Amino acid sequence: MTHHTSPKAGTAHASAAPMASMGASLTINGTPHQLLIEPWTTLLDLLREQLGLTGTKKGCDHGQCGACTVLLDGRRINSCLKLAVSLDGSEVTTVEGLGQAGRLHPLQAAFIEHDAFQCGYCTPGQICSAAGLIAEGHARSREEVREQMSGNLCRCGAYTNIADAVLEVLEKGDAR
Amino acid sequence: MDTVMKVGIGTPLSRVDGLEKVTGRAKYAAEYEVPDMLHGVAVPSAIARGRIAAIDDRAARQVPGVVEVLTHENRPREAWLDRSWKDELKIPGEPFRALGDDRVLFAGQPVALVLAESFEAARHAASLLDIRYEEEAHNIDFQVSLAEKFEPSKKRSSFHPPKNRGDAEAAFAEAPLKLEGEYHLATEHHNPMEMHATTLHWHGDGKITVYDKTQGPQGVQAYLASAFGFSKSDVRVVNAYVGGAFGSGLRPQWQVQLATLAAKHMQRSVRVVMTRQQMFTHVHRPECRMSVRLGADVEGRLTSVICDATTSTSRFEDNMEDIVIWGMMNYASPNAAGSYSIAPRDTYTSADMRAPGAATGMTLFEIAMDEMAYKAGVDPLEFRLLNYSEVDAMNGTPFTSKALREAYREGAARFGWDRRSPEPRSMREGRELVGWGVATGMWDAMFSKTSASAKLSANGHLEVACATSDIGTGTYTVLTLVAADTLGLPPEQITARLGDSSLPTAPVEGGSWAAASSGAAVQLACQSVAKKLLRAADKVEGRPLNGAHSLDDVVFEGGRMLLKSDPTRSVGIVQAMQAAELPVIEEEETASGGISGMVSQMLKSRNTHSAIFCEVRVDEELGQVRVTRIVNAVAAGRIINPKTARSQILGGVVMGMGMALHEETLADRKLGRWMNHNLAEYHVPAHADVEQIDVIFVDEPDPEVTPLGVKGVGEIGIIGTAAAIANAIFHATGKRIRSLPITIDKLID
Amino acid sequence: MNPFVYARPDALPEAVRLGATGRAAFLAGGTNLVDLMKENVARPAEVVDINRLALRDIVEIDGGGLRIGALVTNADTAYDERVRRRYPLLCSAILAGASPQLRNAATNGGNLNQRTRCYYFYDVQTPCNKREPGQGCGAIGGANRIHAILGASPQCIATHPSDMCVALAALEAVVRVTGPQGERTIPFEDYHRLPGNEPWKDNTLAPGELVTAIDLPPEGFAAHHTYLKLRDRLSYAFALVSVAVGMRVEEGRVADLRIALGGVAHKPWRRPQAEAAMRGQAPSRELFEAAAQGLLEGAMGQGDNDFKIPLARRAIVRALSQAAAGTPQSQTDKRIA
Repeated sequence: MTHHTSPKAGTAHASAAPMASMGASLTINGTPHQLLIEPWTTLLDLLREQLGLTGTKKGCDHGQCGACTVLLDGRRINSCLKLAVSLDGSEVTTVEGLGQAGRLHPLQAAFIEHDAFQCGYCTPGQICSAAGLIAEGHARSREEVREQMSGNLCRCGAYTNIADAVLEVLEKGDAR
Repeated sequence: MDTVMKVGIGTPLSRVDGLEKVTGRAKYAAEYEVPDMLHGVAVPSAIARGRIAAIDDRAARQVPGVVEVLTHENRPREAWLDRSWKDELKIPGEPFRALGDDRVLFAGQPVALVLAESFEAARHAASLLDIRYEEEAHNIDFQVSLAEKFEPSKKRSSFHPPKNRGDAEAAFAEAPLKLEGEYHLATEHHNPMEMHATTLHWHGDGKITVYDKTQGPQGVQAYLASAFGFSKSDVRVVNAYVGGAFGSGLRPQWQVQLATLAAKHMQRSVRVVMTRQQMFTHVHRPECRMSVRLGADVEGRLTSVICDATTSTSRFEDNMEDIVIWGMMNYASPNAAGSYSIAPRDTYTSADMRAPGAATGMTLFEIAMDEMAYKAGVDPLEFRLLNYSEVDAMNGTPFTSKALREAYREGAARFGWDRRSPEPRSMREGRELVGWGVATGMWDAMFSKTSASAKLSANGHLEVACATSDIGTGTYTVLTLVAADTLGLPPEQITARLGDSSLPTAPVEGGSWAAASSGAAVQLACQSVAKKLLRAADKVEGRPLNGAHSLDDVVFEGGRMLLKSDPTRSVGIVQAMQAAELPVIEEEETASGGISGMVSQMLKSRNTHSAIFCEVRVDEELGQVRVTRIVNAVAAGRIINPKTARSQILGGVVMGMGMALHEETLADRKLGRWMNHNLAEYHVPAHADVEQIDVIFVDEPDPEVTPLGVKGVGEIGIIGTAAAIANAIFHATGKRIRSLPITIDKLID
Repeated sequence: MNPFVYARPDALPEAVRLGATGRAAFLAGGTNLVDLMKENVARPAEVVDINRLALRDIVEIDGGGLRIGALVTNADTAYDERVRRRYPLLCSAILAGASPQLRNAATNGGNLNQRTRCYYFYDVQTPCNKREPGQGCGAIGGANRIHAILGASPQCIATHPSDMCVALAALEAVVRVTGPQGERTIPFEDYHRLPGNEPWKDNTLAPGELVTAIDLPPEGFAAHHTYLKLRDRLSYAFALVSVAVGMRVEEGRVADLRIALGGVAHKPWRRPQAEAAMRGQAPSRELFEAAAQGLLEGAMGQGDNDFKIPLARRAIVRALSQAAAGTPQSQTDKRIA
């Protein structure tokens, strides 16, 4: 059996591939990556530990908080519950890819304006989730926004401000 | 003169750290990249109490990538004396030392740390340890532990013993109206969204940089120096961003112990991140039982207040909270008495969680107050006003300010309290019973000696710095506003630096004292800069500010100093520095209460107050509760940033909703173990649970309470909120639930 | 999470061959399996990723009904126009469960095979017969607020956590599976099982068998149905008790009826006798209460979960009123209709 080989951390691009690592191509925030991934690495750990994309947060590692929400082929999912290797050929958008200083996504701007966060730890997940919500198109009312944002816990309790921010962008209809 | 509105204290400013947070650039403890770093995964104890008999780590060591398995048997040596392990909370007892010896003190205690080159390898290997234990009898059940309750002789320094007055027992015996009830709050865990983590950078020259999830970087620095034998100057602790804490970061938690042990042992950088399950193996809000006896005259005036409470602690430390004093302080009963004890369980030590003591004691007391109002046949709000105390009724001291009456009035008006139908079960809409409840909140307005620096560069950029922490509290923004206010600079020209032990001295962030304390320090430092600027202005040709002798003679606005007596005469800040050939002005100052502050501390009570109004809708048949509306009117002195302060109150209210309806850590008595140790089964409020929350800050000018007149808003939002909800549920259903949380089972007959 | 061999077959026969080793787990959405692997509850030696299999369609079945591919996500199922129109009960149940993120990843086949949320099952440092046969059941006499009141055994009192499956039970769906012995169909009632003396078996799949599709029969009870879920917070929580009702009302009488309960047993709970007793009767509160009585006959609490019995009784009555009135429970408006 060869699957016991573990590479050193941060060597997803290492040339001497551990035998258990598998090739996968993922487009992350528009950039194609050819990666060698151990099958037991989650998308979340790949992003955070190997690609330096720490905007995506680990809040529970079990799909119970939503902090790790990213867009996978345009749809919001919990990245902690996806084996990265299974996503060969997929496109992933993280909070870093939604927008950056100077070209903020409307949701990012609305979150700042409405003070829709405090500690900021659930925030990237909330924003990615809201982007997914808007793309899905099943929410119109505040009540629907609240229900459909319920997969993102916020222990600081910024919920009312988050709802304000998401509704503003939803109503303006200018989310990219 | 430009007419741009001055940004300063009182301006609602968006979070200055907002951009970093919404773009994912803000780095938290587990997110710093350091070279050649090992990942540590802790192995939890399977038993609640006993000894480790043997650890077989052979299988774990065979996992490729694993470099070491650290246990009590091979850990590096560290400080021996308990006092070397004391942290800023200074809870009496023997502080927990991870891997200290073979003792198991609580279920889930870290008994080994697997170190590997990758997180995945460490995680897997951690599951392969074969550990044999010698188990001993244990108890996690609070009710059982009450048999062992005691009043510790050595008390936590923060503890305020109740001061009895009059003869409460006699007054109670004689009172025509009596209420006697036993109230209960379940164990709660903080569960900030960010799990506790430490990334320790081992520089190799004896120095370490520790990126730690903490509320006090200098506290951790001192702790690591004292417990692990570092020179303090070799330890730098950074917590620039903290993903919530609510008190869980007041004490150094075991992940920083393990990371430091491992780094010393391996002479390498190490990261240790707790799992969500492991977030249930350290600090928590103690479980509480409080019996309340209230006596009143026939009009409803309280004649006796008696509170006796017990909270849970561990077997190795005696944690105490201020549980019973709140009702004794807040209401004008001539007779009052309180007693308080703690009961040990085989868990980690309970400790401070958002508004420790008051969130429990005031909340439970306010449920009793509601009951008494019904007994007296008085509207619950009226009842509180009837028993209103202008002074601190327990200590007999006046308040520096107390605008609680205004909070009641403004909150009631916003809520529409006057439209309430007094009878329980008298308001309904369809299948739902509607209930309106009210409660009072009270917290301390504290101030701690704090230092800050201000550094003004010749390009007009100002950096203020202080070693306090922003755990979501808005401190970056608050300090920016204070600096903007003092030096008349736009916020874009100001950078606030916090969360780094190398910055000017600050105490651990907590207790709602950070804004008042670090704000005052920043103001002082900026004022020192201002004085130098004024002197520099003398060098400007023509001396436009001639005649300005002190800061009182000038106004700082729009990057300029203006003569008060003739605002047409002004000097630009940059202009003054250039004229005086000053490339930079840097000042550090310390804010302390001073003599007058100390005198005032003795003579006056300093508190925040709040009035919470709540509407619930309860399905009559099925017991499902919806909290549809909350108004929280807060009297907290001067509000530096209404925008972030409002968010603090919102957050407190939401956590109060959790306390009222959701949060309860469930134990298995046989195993001595928390069972719902995850976010799927330990419920905190979700989006769907939170509808409308209105926050009112009532006007409460108070120049005496702290230098800036600030009282702090971090805790007050949670206090009383759960009582307002419980009281509303009673009003809706006629069911008085004295045990929180009010889960659906308690509303099903 | 233990190391494993990862395989990603392109076709069903290959998947079935790879899955037949007895040490393999099929990976679809991953929302339950990856979670369980991180907890070391699931420790497969081989993970067979079936996401490339062509099981992602929703198609019409001859004679009415819909066939829903095992790999169609929960979200795509709930928002499919045909499913919404003809099986609103199923949509409602799916949308009552988990979170949008989880529903976007979780598949229908995976939903059927998700494992219990029992605290003891999930914590490998506690005893659990379902996880490790012979260890004993920690939940009996332990923390059992979320546990079963019906159909439990001295070996296990776990519940099945799915919302979707409660609706599928009421709809009398048929599960299509393929395994080493070929293809077969399993009536939904027979798919999940009670714990008995083999609590480690959640369902009646033979080793190596793979769910390929779920067949929905023509009757979708679109006019009279409801999914009513009671839980510890208003969203993103597992059911304490849930009720799925499908009803056909003809000339003011109950012509056909299905009731299934979630959160109360090791499988979605049905009592066809209780349903039969209602057929031909005019809907009334008394009738609903009798039905509740029938469904819950023999219900037994374990201490912490005793409240589930009255809660379930009331929930059944309310759900039947909702269905009879044609006012199904909204999964957004949290007022209970």
